[in-house]
Amino acid sequence: MQGKGSAISIQHITKSFGSFKALDDVSLDIAPGEFFSLLGPSGCGKTTLLRIIAGFEEPDQGEVLFDGTSVLRLPPEKRPCNMVFQNFALFPHLSVRGNIAFPLKRKGLGKEEREERVDELIRFVELTGHDNKKPGQLSGGQKQRVAIARALACEPDVLLLDEPLSALDAKLRQSLLVELDEIHDKVGITFIYVTHDQGEALSVSDHMAIFNEGRLLQAGTPYEIYESPSTLFTASFIGEGNIFPCTALSSRWDEEDDEWIITVDVPALGRTLEVTDWGPVEDGRRLYFSIRPEKVRIVAGDVDLGPGCFHGIVDEPVYAGYQSKFYVKTDEGATIRVLKSHTTYLEEGPGIEWKDRVSVIWRPADGYLVKEEWHEET
Amino acid sequence: MRKVHAPRFSQLCLFFVMLFLFMPLIVVAAYSFNSGHGMTWQGFSLQWYEELFTSSHDLWRAFWNSIIIALTSSLTATVIGSAAAIGLKWWSFKLSGYIKVATYLPMILPDVIIGISMLIFFSSINLPLGMFTIYAAHTTFNLPFTYLLVDSRLDEFDFSTIEAARDLGEDRKGAMLRVVVPSIMPGVLSGFLMAITMSIEDFVITFFVSGPGSATLPLYVYSSIRYGVSPVINALSLILILASMALAFIFRRFLKSFAASA
Repeated sequence: MQGKGSAISIQHITKSFGSFKALDDVSLDIAPGEFFSLLGPSGCGKTTLLRIIAGFEEPDQGEVLFDGTSVLRLPPEKRPCNMVFQNFALFPHLSVRGNIAFPLKRKGLGKEEREERVDELIRFVELTGHDNKKPGQLSGGQKQRVAIARALACEPDVLLLDEPLSALDAKLRQSLLVELDEIHDKVGITFIYVTHDQGEALSVSDHMAIFNEGRLLQAGTPYEIYESPSTLFTASFIGEGNIFPCTALSSRWDEEDDEWIITVDVPALGRTLEVTDWGPVEDGRRLYFSIRPEKVRIVAGDVDLGPGCFHGIVDEPVYAGYQSKFYVKTDEGATIRVLKSHTTYLEEGPGIEWKDRVSVIWRPADGYLVKEEWHEET
Repeated sequence: MRKVHAPRFSQLCLFFVMLFLFMPLIVVAAYSFNSGHGMTWQGFSLQWYEELFTSSHDLWRAFWNSIIIALTSSLTATVIGSAAAIGLKWWSFKLSGYIKVATYLPMILPDVIIGISMLIFFSSINLPLGMFTIYAAHTTFNLPFTYLLVDSRLDEFDFSTIEAARDLGEDRKGAMLRVVVPSIMPGVLSGFLMAITMSIEDFVITFFVSGPGSATLPLYVYSSIRYGVSPVINALSLILILASMALAFIFRRFLKSFAASA
């Protein structure tokens, strides 16, 4: 079942629906055979981009290249990609077998060859025994497998997936996501995966792109996007953050750790903090400081945990089984969100409760700067 | 106490409803085997069946007229109605709402009004009354039913399956033939059968637009009543009842093969 996978190049794609700008000058390169996610809130343009690649929408401007060749003039049926639809879009009048054989018939395969291929695909998506059921008799997960088998039937170079798991329940989503990843490993073709679920995107993608309001904000590996978001939107959309406007005061090179240490003034925290970055930041620049809640350490009582330690009271604890979330109101008046995983019950001492005094701290290397300028509120 | 009596009461209701529904049919069926002419039972005989098949030339002519009109007008109404349903669902424009309402009009208007207006229309354009005018009239009053049944089927239709078909290698025409048409087929078939039934049983409208030599079965039966009801009609009725029951049964089996879809 090895396909080859195409490299896809999106160049300056712009698309408007009336006065609504769905995509605004989006450029993107996708390497052959990779699992690439388009992530963003609904209405951000990610699905429109997928539909442009599939051929269901025409861009106002720009190019879509498959391995260097433009596909914009080709109708959807001629493009070397197939799509898995959000609501499965199975043909209700055909059986599982009929659905999977549908594209093969068009391709002009002989009956014997076709049957063989359908059998192979049914085994591949583990639907053996459901061959003759109609889509109406299948569960959501089974429908999605049929949709995937049908899309893979003609061995496309690229598989487009439009929120394929969003119609399924949470538990099933998890297991199907793992299966999708395995399928990607087996067929080796390029996957373009549209989702609004950051967890899905972070866990399976080789690379991902973040969209908002028709613009591509950031593309990179999940690690890059999570650990160093380049825009305020990315920082707040992916994961949770404590994000505060700040002003850079000075930058210095730390020989020992091979990194830059920036000193920033954070008025909301009432402090001057140190944070590491890849390079120097010009003095006086306005930007944002962010620290992820799970990287903040929380200890009960007023304890001096070293420089950069904050003291405060727990405003609101939220217990969530394997972890707890605390909103800590610092003595300076800021609110810091803290996530604490419950690892070993006994070693952690007394539980932290509402109105308890606590101390929190984080390492300078765990914070990061979001280089987007803030403006004085008027 | 009530709990005991209520089912008994509803059983009684059911019994009487069934009685009123089927008694006339049973009477007709029974008297088709009566050897006498009147409504007194004079012994079993098949003489009316003999007369039906040997010496009822005009009756058979009317019967075949009905069949021809029913088939042609239903076919036309099904094709136009399905196309209209698909078209109005695909392209909604300013007037599409009004067109939908207008399509239902023939269903709501009293038959007498439709009949008279058609008669006036046909004579104003000097169209001679006959088979063709009956065909045109039947097609018209059948349209709302075929349209309605296909339209409701289209309400359940998942339009993304068209894109799926395109994505999987079909062009526009292929997607229409291999995805849209099979999906709405149950609606198309029920519409067609409904139209046939409506056409065969129509009396009022046909009465206005028929001409010499184009009498359909209901018209023939009505005119023959003037000379007293012939038991030959009873014989024909039983045959028609059995035939439509058989058709309904076959159609049900046929529809069942679509039942698993959706």
